[in-house]
Amino acid sequence: MSQVVDAPVPVEVELRPTPPIEMRRAVRLGLSGAAAMVLVAATGIVATFQPRMVIDPIVPLGTMFLYLVAFAFGWMAAQPPPTLEGFAPAVVGMRNVVAGALAGLLAGLGVGVLLILMTVFDLRGVFIELSPELVEILSLGLPVGAAVAVIALISAAAGALGAGVHLIPTRFRRSLMPALIWVAFFSLLTDLFGQLFVGLKIDFMIDLLYTSRGGALTVVGAVVVLVLFFALYWYLGGRDNTLRERVQAMPKDKRVRWQIGAAALILVVLYFIPKLMGPFVSQILVTAGIYLLMALGLNIVVGYAGLLDLGYVAFFAVGAYAGAILTSPQSPALSPELTLVAAIPFVMIAAAIAGIVVATPVIRMRGDYLAIVTLGFGEIARILLNSEWLAPYFGGAQGITNIPDLQVGPLTFSTPQDYFYPVFLFVLLAAYITLAVQNSRWGRAWMAMREDESVAEAMGVNIVTAKLSAFVVGAVLASFGGALFGSQIGSVFPHSFDIVVSITILVIIIVGGMGSVPGVTLGALVLIVLPNLLREFSEFQFLFYGVLLIAMMLKRPEGFIPSKRRAQELHSEELAQDAWLEIYGEKDQVETVPEGRA
Amino acid sequence: MVYGVLRFINFAHGEVFMVGAMMAFYVASGLSTTSLWTSNPIVSLLIVLLASMITSTSVAVIIERIAYRPLRGAPRLIPLITSIGASFTIQYLVRGLVGPSTKAFPRIEPLRGTFEFGGFVILRSQVVVIVAALAMMLLLYLFVEKTRTGKSMRAVSEDAETAALMGIDVDRTIVKVFAVGGAMAGVAGALWGLVFPSLNFFSGFLPGIKAFTSAVLGGIGNIVGAMLGGVSLGIFESVGPSLVLAGYEIPAFSQLKDVVAYSALVLVLIFRPTGILGERLAQERG
Repeated sequence: MSQVVDAPVPVEVELRPTPPIEMRRAVRLGLSGAAAMVLVAATGIVATFQPRMVIDPIVPLGTMFLYLVAFAFGWMAAQPPPTLEGFAPAVVGMRNVVAGALAGLLAGLGVGVLLILMTVFDLRGVFIELSPELVEILSLGLPVGAAVAVIALISAAAGALGAGVHLIPTRFRRSLMPALIWVAFFSLLTDLFGQLFVGLKIDFMIDLLYTSRGGALTVVGAVVVLVLFFALYWYLGGRDNTLRERVQAMPKDKRVRWQIGAAALILVVLYFIPKLMGPFVSQILVTAGIYLLMALGLNIVVGYAGLLDLGYVAFFAVGAYAGAILTSPQSPALSPELTLVAAIPFVMIAAAIAGIVVATPVIRMRGDYLAIVTLGFGEIARILLNSEWLAPYFGGAQGITNIPDLQVGPLTFSTPQDYFYPVFLFVLLAAYITLAVQNSRWGRAWMAMREDESVAEAMGVNIVTAKLSAFVVGAVLASFGGALFGSQIGSVFPHSFDIVVSITILVIIIVGGMGSVPGVTLGALVLIVLPNLLREFSEFQFLFYGVLLIAMMLKRPEGFIPSKRRAQELHSEELAQDAWLEIYGEKDQVETVPEGRA
Repeated sequence: MVYGVLRFINFAHGEVFMVGAMMAFYVASGLSTTSLWTSNPIVSLLIVLLASMITSTSVAVIIERIAYRPLRGAPRLIPLITSIGASFTIQYLVRGLVGPSTKAFPRIEPLRGTFEFGGFVILRSQVVVIVAALAMMLLLYLFVEKTRTGKSMRAVSEDAETAALMGIDVDRTIVKVFAVGGAMAGVAGALWGLVFPSLNFFSGFLPGIKAFTSAVLGGIGNIVGAMLGGVSLGIFESVGPSLVLAGYEIPAFSQLKDVVAYSALVLVLIFRPTGILGERLAQERG
């Protein structure tokens, strides 16, 4: 770990200039960009989304995707090197823009080559998406030679624009970028915003922004959204301290009142969400809530205790099946037909037993061995539930159907809107458990175990209890999710408990920010709610998902909202230096590492 | 099956395998219309193998460059996630490029039919696969144990920092590991086409997980172990159900083959928490 040296070095030492960006790198990125743009075209993304307008009638989504790639690579090519201690800040200027344009130009030429190939050969035998329509879209109706030149020029312009982002003053950029993202949101989530405006009884907004309800964003709409959000972020960026800092600076009683007020406000908003949003969005939110519940459970196992569990879906299945057997009249073997509320304690017991069953064999294992064994357990659970052998108990591939709705006293929960509330309640409970356990004896034991098992054991942490308890707590939380899932869907089938679920939950906590409750929540929203709202992208959903995961891990490995500790681990000064040396180190081997670190 | 040196779960390895198999499919169906296919099947088979090896190797190296190299030194979970990301990306890129339909390999006439060996009926194609797999294992073993590059791979696997101090270029060695792993996966992909003649963009996922399972079963960072793990996992899977479960009158026991395989894995790891051939090395490092 690097030492925390925040005190400024006495600036008698002359700062070495940070080298300007390299054209070689721009060329390399340009060639990668060409590959990326060709892939975007050849996988059918361009042709599929061409009819969809981002901003009616001037920006079609397909073409936008294509040149967005050039924009991104231009941005990357123009990124100045990180400034290290002992170095003057990087100078940005025309050189960056030239690099960006160069990268964009090369990328565009790649598409040009593809276009020529497509007109000369028939490639559809292998690459099914290289259709005449794609030629039409790419060439903009021009003859091939002119089209290649135009594509290259547009790409170069897009690359230069991407590079230009680095030149904009920070405050301006921090307002412009989020505003553009909001425009994208308004444009892509037309159904959601349409629903919201109708729910809020401000239908006139739809006419103002969109061509029709669920239609495309108009030019006027785009400008309105852009200006509004730009102004908002500009105003917020002008404050020199954030809301959080100001709340923390308040005297204690005032702060508590503020916090209670904020919590009450959030609760009221949450109370109205399902009523406003209608069944479709509520269903998505319920699904996200169930995933969030599991993610919070897995967060304890992986985030706190450091036990990489790839078969977490098994506990979810145990919860779902325990709930189904205890409540459904259709359960094949044993069917006490309890209400879900009465069944919950038994579900918890079943999950705890499952947790112990999984945890016992892995007590001696570590790392990858543990991961693969848990993965094995996840698969075993799914296959057993699916098998003919146990079909008399679990219904085999037919699953268990006819699970009754959740009833609490006189209240019956049947629609997705109704289910929002119990799911939310359980999420709150899980969040409370997560936070409460963090600084408890158990939580400290888990974290010690995560850092170093051998040392923790030597310090008197009982590894056996710690591992068992982590798995049991995680299993119980997942089983709540499972029971709610079964009761909400009304049936459980073995194929719902695929390994992909385990992986999705793991990805939620890592992308969101491991060990942090707000982070995990945001992760669930981004990874479950967004893909479900963007149904029109479902064909390419996993492609975007995969690219997002890689990009996220490269740029921000600690997740959206990390726990402080983890962010520190991942962003030490040493890593920045390594990255720097990787790019610029070869040229002057002699005095690479700056000596300015006191 | 070169998981050992990498020391993390590379979900994308199955996809490397799938891409190789896809390439093998296209080359094979291209060749099957020419006369070479019938007149000289061995040569054409070699061409197919070569094509799939080259494809898989380049894909593996590209993945390494984009998704793993920048993360050297990051905590283990991070490359795990990028490998999941890479896996999704490749799966759906392939789906987009060549479509979601299931592809059927063209047949190779001389490889059809069976012959008997000591009372067992064996498909000819299976013989080819077994021979090829043994040959590749032998080659890999010799490569890793006898050549200079193999030696540096083992050194990096044991301790990357010390290896770097000893003058080994860690990055280049790891690229080579990926290349070799990719080539192996490519061969496996082409062989897969011989035995199971159907293939789609999702075919790589389960073999990838199985491959990792066998590597763990044998003991991470140990090539002989990985081979042993692979073979024993295969045996557990194919023999286990009929041998163990049939006796208990369990219906449709073949459904449970994966259960047997994974239970065997759990049992083995309970008694040998570092795999069948896991060395003290693995224990020390934890």
